[in-house]
Amino acid sequence: MTITSVDTNYEDLSVTLIADFDAPIDRVWELWSDPRKLERWWGPPSFPATVEKHDLSPGGEVTYLMTGPDGEIHHGLWRITAVGSPASLEFDDVFANADGTPNTDLPVNTVTVRLTERGSGTRMEMRSKFKSREDLEKWLATGTLEGQRQAVGQMDVLLAA
Amino acid sequence: MVVEQLSNGAVDDVFHALADPTRRDILRRCIAAEPSVSRLARAYPMSFAAVQKHVAVLERAGLVTKERRGREQLVHTDAAAVGRARQALDELEATWRGRVDRMSDLLAQDTERAKDRTTGGSG
Repeated sequence: MTITSVDTNYEDLSVTLIADFDAPIDRVWELWSDPRKLERWWGPPSFPATVEKHDLSPGGEVTYLMTGPDGEIHHGLWRITAVGSPASLEFDDVFANADGTPNTDLPVNTVTVRLTERGSGTRMEMRSKFKSREDLEKWLATGTLEGQRQAVGQMDVLLAA
Repeated sequence: MVVEQLSNGAVDDVFHALADPTRRDILRRCIAAEPSVSRLARAYPMSFAAVQKHVAVLERAGLVTKERRGREQLVHTDAAAVGRARQALDELEATWRGRVDRMSDLLAQDTERAKDRTTGGSG
């Protein structure tokens, strides 16, 4: 796998990443479309995800839990806005309340994924965009969570080495 | 939570990351000074409306603030907000780098398992 490019856009508040995988498109798509595969990469080892509901259709939802090292649980939700199996997916990733309803105090991030075949491999273009400046600020405020996850994730990598 | 104090070099990094050269220039002009939109518009070979649009993009992204003083709108680069944008986008990037690494590991594990099935086994 190669990360071919990463672009940060300060005007539309997005990160665009292009990765090239040595695997056929169906297998890369499965990482998104199979809930048992999705939950193995969505969260870092220290904050793993458990996928509950998984409906990749326009208007469908994916719900998941993230479980932290101290047992704290965070709920997340994808609202699927577009899907073109096996090549494209678009969804809003939002924090949710325990009952699965979106928590509107917490930020929204829009993710757009496009897979294309490249020889025997697959290119994945992923754009993750904050819906607004307010969402970015909220994410930063709660996102000591992300910062923590990253820090602990990096510790995992160091400990495994 | 500590937001890192943005050094001049780091502010420059953010500026270079802006795609539009006019917006980069507006951000620079508005760090130490607070020019009005009219004053800014005189600096560029484009209409007042075009400059207003550039300022609007920067304001929506939280990179500048506009303050009305009398009949003028003064524009100021919000260095702290620029720093917070950088921190958030850096964390978002790190999140996705981690995810892509794990996706790659999963694909490799599945390939290994498939190989074992076709080549190995005692039966």
